[in-house]
Amino acid sequence: MTSSAAALVEVEGLVKHFPGERGFFGLGRPHTVVRAVDDVSFAIPAGQTLGLVGESGCGKSTVGRTILRLIEPDAGRVAIEGLNVLTLGGRELRALRRRMQIVFQDPYGSLNPRLTVRQTLAEPLAIHHLARGADAERRIAALLEEVGLDPRYATSYAHELSGGQRQRVGIARALSVEPQFLVLDEPVSALDVSIQAQVLNLLADLQRRRRLTYLFIAHDLAVVKHVADHVAVMYLGKLVERAPAPSLYAAPRHPYTTSLLSAVPVPDPKAQRPRIVLTGDVPSPAHPPAGCAFHPRCPHPKKDARCRTEPPALREVAPGQIAACHYAEEPL
Amino acid sequence: MTEPLLRVRDLKTYFVTEQGSGTARAVDGVSFDLYPGETLGLVGESGCGKTVTSLSVLRLIPEPPGHIRPGSFIEFAGRNLLTLAPRELRAIRGNQIAMIFQEPMTSLNPVFTVGDQIAEAAIVHQRLSRRAARSRAIEMLKLVGIPDPAQRVDDYPHQMSGGMRQRVMIAMALVCHPKVLIADEPTTALDVTIQAQILELLERLQAELGMAVMLITHDLGVVAGSADRVVVMYAGQVVEQAPTPELFARPLHPYTEGLLASVPRLDAPPARARGRLQGIPGQVPAASDWPGGCRFHPRCPYAWDRCRVEEPPLLDASSGEPGTHTVRCWLLTEPQRRTARPPPLASLP
Repeated sequence: MTSSAAALVEVEGLVKHFPGERGFFGLGRPHTVVRAVDDVSFAIPAGQTLGLVGESGCGKSTVGRTILRLIEPDAGRVAIEGLNVLTLGGRELRALRRRMQIVFQDPYGSLNPRLTVRQTLAEPLAIHHLARGADAERRIAALLEEVGLDPRYATSYAHELSGGQRQRVGIARALSVEPQFLVLDEPVSALDVSIQAQVLNLLADLQRRRRLTYLFIAHDLAVVKHVADHVAVMYLGKLVERAPAPSLYAAPRHPYTTSLLSAVPVPDPKAQRPRIVLTGDVPSPAHPPAGCAFHPRCPHPKKDARCRTEPPALREVAPGQIAACHYAEEPL
Repeated sequence: MTEPLLRVRDLKTYFVTEQGSGTARAVDGVSFDLYPGETLGLVGESGCGKTVTSLSVLRLIPEPPGHIRPGSFIEFAGRNLLTLAPRELRAIRGNQIAMIFQEPMTSLNPVFTVGDQIAEAAIVHQRLSRRAARSRAIEMLKLVGIPDPAQRVDDYPHQMSGGMRQRVMIAMALVCHPKVLIADEPTTALDVTIQAQILELLERLQAELGMAVMLITHDLGVVAGSADRVVVMYAGQVVEQAPTPELFARPLHPYTEGLLASVPRLDAPPARARGRLQGIPGQVPAASDWPGGCRFHPRCPYAWDRCRVEEPPLLDASSGEPGTHTVRCWLLTEPQRRTARPPPLASLP
């Protein structure tokens, strides 16, 4: 992760601020800006998976979308194989989009209900001038087979498919243009556990076979442990910790990571784990607390005036592991 | 042995399907008991009938298209809830049996303050005056851990976060000190740190108030941490029922086994953390068209001829007291057919 030479995707200092809601029935002046993404940096080596985790509203989905420029970032640098994604325009950007695709969470909302599966998959092939006619047909059949869907579903509409089948179509659509990099935005969180297992296995097979690079966005830390090589944890728009997955799960350094991990229910009634129950809610990203944004909820016994006033910098606290906590050397 | 508080026997709740041609047998012969003070986990995936079961207990099934079949029986405090007159039922619903729902945003009325909504049940069931009901509402908000309850009592639901709204829902349900609380996926819409808060709150309130909880969830982790006993449902039926430690240590139904093997685990050793997940092949069939024989047989790795034609009854598999662990599977009669676990599912043909 440290050597940028092997990185396929590099993100540096990514910033996205949204104007706040307007008061007075939408006519007043906009309220304070929401710092959805605030100085986020990471790199993903080719063929590997970075898990991006955090609770609702932490900005993890916005990171995924700004990288693909589905949302324009305000600042930062995003490069795929050294090519700057943020400065490209028109045709170059479209060419680049062939190399990076996204799979969305909601398999119900992300497929056009008026298109058959075949039409859904033919569209990207036509837009990128990859195949047409009989050639397109062959590629569509191969894609369906690759994602484990019977080719007879090519004539089905989205509403005729189950959630798991729809998610397979979403994955086939993303793969149709033969990308190198996939943003997977909560790809299994809407699925039942038995179907979730099928889709996770599929994503692992596809990654190995096509040497894909994944940004896997999720709130479920158990799922991320299962898929990720590296993990980045976000809180209120900022990265608070980033580490190789084994280090992060075995020895988290940020109290937020520790608390998140302890809150995940484990399907074992005999598990005796210390449970840290955080008090309070996630503050609004429009009004993040001063100092360390996590300090009002932080369970660390050393919490002091410094945490309330001085924002901690992300720094390396163990080989390859960075955390933004004044007391990262004395983890919970 | 203590008497059950709630006794459900052969509950059948059917729906006329949209096309009007078929019948969806959403709940099809479900029986279980709920004992005073215990937490019973009702687990299964979408479409297994767990929510319809809980709604049937309170008779909240819209009729039509739904109806509870004659012969079904739900006994609470010595009376069959299914034959009660609407008036008598109202005296129980929200008073002795209360319910909290998954979606705290859509289950609260946006045009009333949370205080009014909590007070309503106390005014209706306990005939409290408005003033007394309001102070009861403040008391309840304090009980569920909402800061500044005397101020927040006048908030509208939209002024609160998701976690706070779920606390309000719990306050509403508990205002009359019910004997039974039905919690339908109470934490599914919440973030994991808020989920931990709500589960802890439910645990504390249950200990303080001594109520029985029917916890409906798809999350085996939540069940493992909170339930005393577990009922596993598949395709409208109970397929396995056991005390929680027993179920996790010795899952006997192939569906339970498959569910447990499908979940990525935070406590997996690093070497196994990235292996393939076992999963369960195929998908849940439609409620209007359950497979013949054992309803799980098309997805079962062990199925043989008998499973395809003959529906298994719930068989006793208890290691201790009879009836504590029951399983709807023919494997219990021919245990030698439970071979080594089949290899993990191939996701690709």
